[in-house]
Amino acid sequence: MSNAPFDMIISGGRVIDPALGFGKDAHVLIKDGRIAGIENDIQKLGDSTGATVIDASGMLVVPGLIDVHVHLREPGREDEETVESGCRAAAAGGFTAVCCMPNTTPRIDNQETVLFVQDRAKNADARVYVVGAITKGSEGKELSEIGDLVKVGAVAITDDGRWVENSEIMRRAMEYSKMFNIPVMDHAEESTLCAGGIMNESFESTRLGLRGRPAVAEEIAVMRDIALCRTTGARLHIQHLSTRRAVDVVRAAKAEGIRVTTEACPHHFVLTDEAIAKEFNTCLRVNPPLRTANDREAIIEGLIDGTIDCIASDHAPHAEEEKDCEFDLAPAGMIGLETTLGLVKTYLIDKGYLTWADAIAKMTINPARVFGLPGGTLKTGSPADITIIDPDAPWTVDKKRFRSMSHNSPFIGWKLQGQVFRTILGGRVVFAREE
Amino acid sequence: MSKLASRHLLGLEGVSADDISLILDTTHTFREVLDRPIKKLPTLRGLTVLNLFYEPSTRTRISFELAEKRLSADTVSFTTATSSVKKGESLRDTVQNIEAMKIDMIVVRHSSAGTPYYLTQCSDANVINAGDGSHEHPTQALLDMYTIRKKYGKLAGLRVVLVGDVKHSRVIRSNIWGLKALGASVALCGPSTLLPAEVERYGCDIYTSLDEALDGADVVNIMRLQLERQQAGLFPSQREYTNLFGITRERLKRLNKNYTIMHPGPMNRGVEISSEVADGDSSVILDQVTNGQAVRMAVLYLLSGPEAEGPQA
Repeated sequence: MSNAPFDMIISGGRVIDPALGFGKDAHVLIKDGRIAGIENDIQKLGDSTGATVIDASGMLVVPGLIDVHVHLREPGREDEETVESGCRAAAAGGFTAVCCMPNTTPRIDNQETVLFVQDRAKNADARVYVVGAITKGSEGKELSEIGDLVKVGAVAITDDGRWVENSEIMRRAMEYSKMFNIPVMDHAEESTLCAGGIMNESFESTRLGLRGRPAVAEEIAVMRDIALCRTTGARLHIQHLSTRRAVDVVRAAKAEGIRVTTEACPHHFVLTDEAIAKEFNTCLRVNPPLRTANDREAIIEGLIDGTIDCIASDHAPHAEEEKDCEFDLAPAGMIGLETTLGLVKTYLIDKGYLTWADAIAKMTINPARVFGLPGGTLKTGSPADITIIDPDAPWTVDKKRFRSMSHNSPFIGWKLQGQVFRTILGGRVVFAREE
Repeated sequence: MSKLASRHLLGLEGVSADDISLILDTTHTFREVLDRPIKKLPTLRGLTVLNLFYEPSTRTRISFELAEKRLSADTVSFTTATSSVKKGESLRDTVQNIEAMKIDMIVVRHSSAGTPYYLTQCSDANVINAGDGSHEHPTQALLDMYTIRKKYGKLAGLRVVLVGDVKHSRVIRSNIWGLKALGASVALCGPSTLLPAEVERYGCDIYTSLDEALDGADVVNIMRLQLERQQAGLFPSQREYTNLFGITRERLKRLNKNYTIMHPGPMNRGVEISSEVADGDSSVILDQVTNGQAVRMAVLYLLSGPEAEGPQA
């Protein structure tokens, strides 16, 4: 055993912690898997014999990123992703914690499945927080045993992939969730308006002859659920916000003091439905669909003014053969854990929409607060979950380098700025960039 | 090297006026061949064409098959009812297996928009779109354009009204791109529930009143009404559709003199078009069918590469 006071020192980087409200050049000290302190002055470090020193000169040192919307596909589709591979991808993307969605096979609507996922995650490269289903089988008919789910660690509930159509059931879910103080995550798309829809309803769907999913479907769903949230006083978290009007509705609700939070995905602030074009790239089939330029601008405005609290990837792995088909037969979703940070840097920070501190807040302390998670900060005593970012490193998204088992990304071949240098989970390096 | 800018015909969106004119000019030559006693040319001798019909079709499939045979291509036809698709084989595997048997061109009809483009990613063959979902049906539009040009000697300056289910019609979509590229004025007319989102962005005149749409038009191209649209709640009844959008002799008074009636078929007589109009002197519906074969011969020839012999051979 070493007598060193610290296990690890991350030296010379610019430390940004929105939770503590600073960005400064300092050294981060780690002991026993926890943050032991942040020192400006190297002289104050004392004896560092035996400590691992990571030279972070020119890098940003931030709390480990948290992604609140991830599909790990296990149990049921271990050919697409497992808890282990998903967490490897998370670490490669700078995420030290993920919230996994319950639309697995079987659904995560009971204690056993929560425990199964947690067991799989024991030695994984990221912390996994399980989100349970609102209704049994996510069929929208009967509430899951939410108390049981929470008892073993579920941090929220959602029927992600489906909107809870029945207003009475959604109302009861919100009321019931209040007993546990967990957010109800909402896949907000009024389903009858979207039935059979393949992409956003716009001139692009007209041009391509594909059935549309209209933006108004999201607006209606958001309006109803905010109304229920107002009535019940529950906590509502709207997932993957994608339309201008939905952003407007949330903005007004927040101004009114309703307990609603939101997230946006990189593909909704980077891409528009025009990207589908004549190539019909099935990786661009997502749900909710890519919207118009006007909607994309609204998402960015929402990120800027705080209407949108979190940036989440909606990492949705699909087997290659499932996406290698006709556009309307492909399942919806793209992977995102490993591209989110680069897209945030290139399309939000470099464009001047967000500062690093703003962006980091939306991927650290905001998600931690919404879902009541540990971490999200470098405060002394917190778990030593840290992401070191090389802020200006250019890189090209390379299919061969994905840690995810699936490769369904439309960003393959894109040149991005901002790359993960190291990801540290509880004081252990779980990802190191290959030089 | 293809004689056209692209070695595939996936749609008419983005196809230049020059390329469309080249196809129509070439069609003219092949159209004359069809009036000869012996309607066969050695043009595609040695080439093999796969007709990949994933969706039921009578006239388009027969038209392509005849066009191929008349150009001396070897042909093989595929329909899903009798294929391994029923066993769950993917489109890529199906096509790559057939391609391994050495084919040169693929004519594809599929219910999924974008399938012809997808095939270009799966295969080295030249791909011709014979209708993909509600997206495009380029050879149908080309034959419509050829038929109009044959009658009037031009397309520029003519007012063409496309009537019917604009939302789901691949024929209309291809017609819009082609007609506009060659300078025709295009009007779209149908119930507002069958006009797709932001349809005005095509730059066409949009009507929900048939009488207004027909005012001063030269050509009316009437699309088939799919009756399942009524079940989907897009219009209240077939009767009401006929009252509002059915083309009857009475309504034709609003058209210019020397007007033309077109329909890509199959027709619902008495629904979108009265028999009187369909069989009237101004109807070119059967000419469209004949011209369709010549258009398909022209497209096959132009996409077949330099080794193919010309129509004069």
